[in-house]
Amino acid sequence: MINKIVQSIAEALSGIKDGSTVLMGGFGAVGQPDELIEGLIEQGAKDLTVVANNAGAGRVGLAKLMEMGRVRKIICSFPRSAGSTVFEELYRAGKLELEIVPQGTLAERMRAAGAGIPAFFTPTAAGTKLAQGKEARDFNGRPHILELALPGDVALVEAWEADRWGNLTYREGGRNFNPVMAMAATLTVAQTHHIRELGDIAPDNVHTPGIYVQRVVQVARGAPWN
Amino acid sequence: MSSFTRQQMAARVADDIPEGWFVNLGIGIPTMVADYVPMDREVILHSENGILGMGPAPAPDKVNAWLVNAGKQPVTLRPGGSFFHHADSFGMIRGGHIDLCVLGAFEVAENGDIANWATSENDSAPAVGGAMDLAAGAKRLWVVMDHTTKDGRPKLVETCGYPLTAHGAVQRIYTNLAVIDVVRGRGFVVREIVPGMSLADLQAKTGAVLHTDS
Repeated sequence: MINKIVQSIAEALSGIKDGSTVLMGGFGAVGQPDELIEGLIEQGAKDLTVVANNAGAGRVGLAKLMEMGRVRKIICSFPRSAGSTVFEELYRAGKLELEIVPQGTLAERMRAAGAGIPAFFTPTAAGTKLAQGKEARDFNGRPHILELALPGDVALVEAWEADRWGNLTYREGGRNFNPVMAMAATLTVAQTHHIRELGDIAPDNVHTPGIYVQRVVQVARGAPWN
Repeated sequence: MSSFTRQQMAARVADDIPEGWFVNLGIGIPTMVADYVPMDREVILHSENGILGMGPAPAPDKVNAWLVNAGKQPVTLRPGGSFFHHADSFGMIRGGHIDLCVLGAFEVAENGDIANWATSENDSAPAVGGAMDLAAGAKRLWVVMDHTTKDGRPKLVETCGYPLTAHGAVQRIYTNLAVIDVVRGRGFVVREIVPGMSLADLQAKTGAVLHTDS
């Protein structure tokens, strides 16, 4: 019997190695796998490359992981936002490497990684500072740049429902980066609000099929999340 | 001398958006444009985080933590709305399916270049978000911004000094002083000026030649 459901956050995150590239779902706080990120702080892996749309806020979660010196590099589209003081301090002090990627290119690089596409051309960022060092080529008379797939060793995602095969649904705007990150990583770990019996998630409603998911762990959350 | 308020600028942009368009609104004054599109004119708002059919801000006691716009402010979903993941959301943008994007900007050049993501070559922490995807991918790009900086320097210029977001992408600019089209081969063409201001006054606040059709 296939059963991807594990009983603890620690079990869900076991084996994550130093030097891993970790994809973290969410757009700001929405759809962000908070418990898994807190669990990664406990788990201890360091020298991490983190891929996330934002670079953390306050002194919890990703910001705390960075403050502890566990993140070598962050790849994101919008690091500077309300409360991103930890990022700004570390970046200014030269203690954190930053790769800025346009948001659509960031999503597409992960989708490409999951779909076996090593690189693709896009007009986004052509002729800008973010095109420096990238191969350029015209298509239909328009400049494009080559962007490489962005695979992860680990993806941490937040689901709304999950079953023991790893089929997932997301809630409303909480979907955002989670499905593309799930498909782009070798080890995808989903935290979920609800566990459903196999077959109880209508097949038409599965957002991420279990083929992309290795581990599922249920987390408890209070209102308004239920 | 009078100038348009932020609300008037947003309302002026909204006047030009026809029913049926799919529209992405950037952070700041662009977000306010949504408040001035009447509900009976069906304009479908796209939010980069995976929402079509975004509605206005909810009442404080009706906030849904799962529903935010690109600026992470709470929003609502209109009947007919839908959710999708980030690669699909940016596929809509990059694939040319969005009729209009409205963004703020630091500078717009007379050839349509836009600079709106970093204020120097060595910005302490640049943040591009979806701006480059939107500028390159939307069918139309309109900019809404003040005509000059706080210290009076023109934001409509011959050549952008700040790092570019995209080349030749802007079609129209709504400022607190005027509505100006960017016309290929001509440059800035003035369509409207705030009441009480002359073309010469406007030109004095603009860093490139202003043209008119008359």
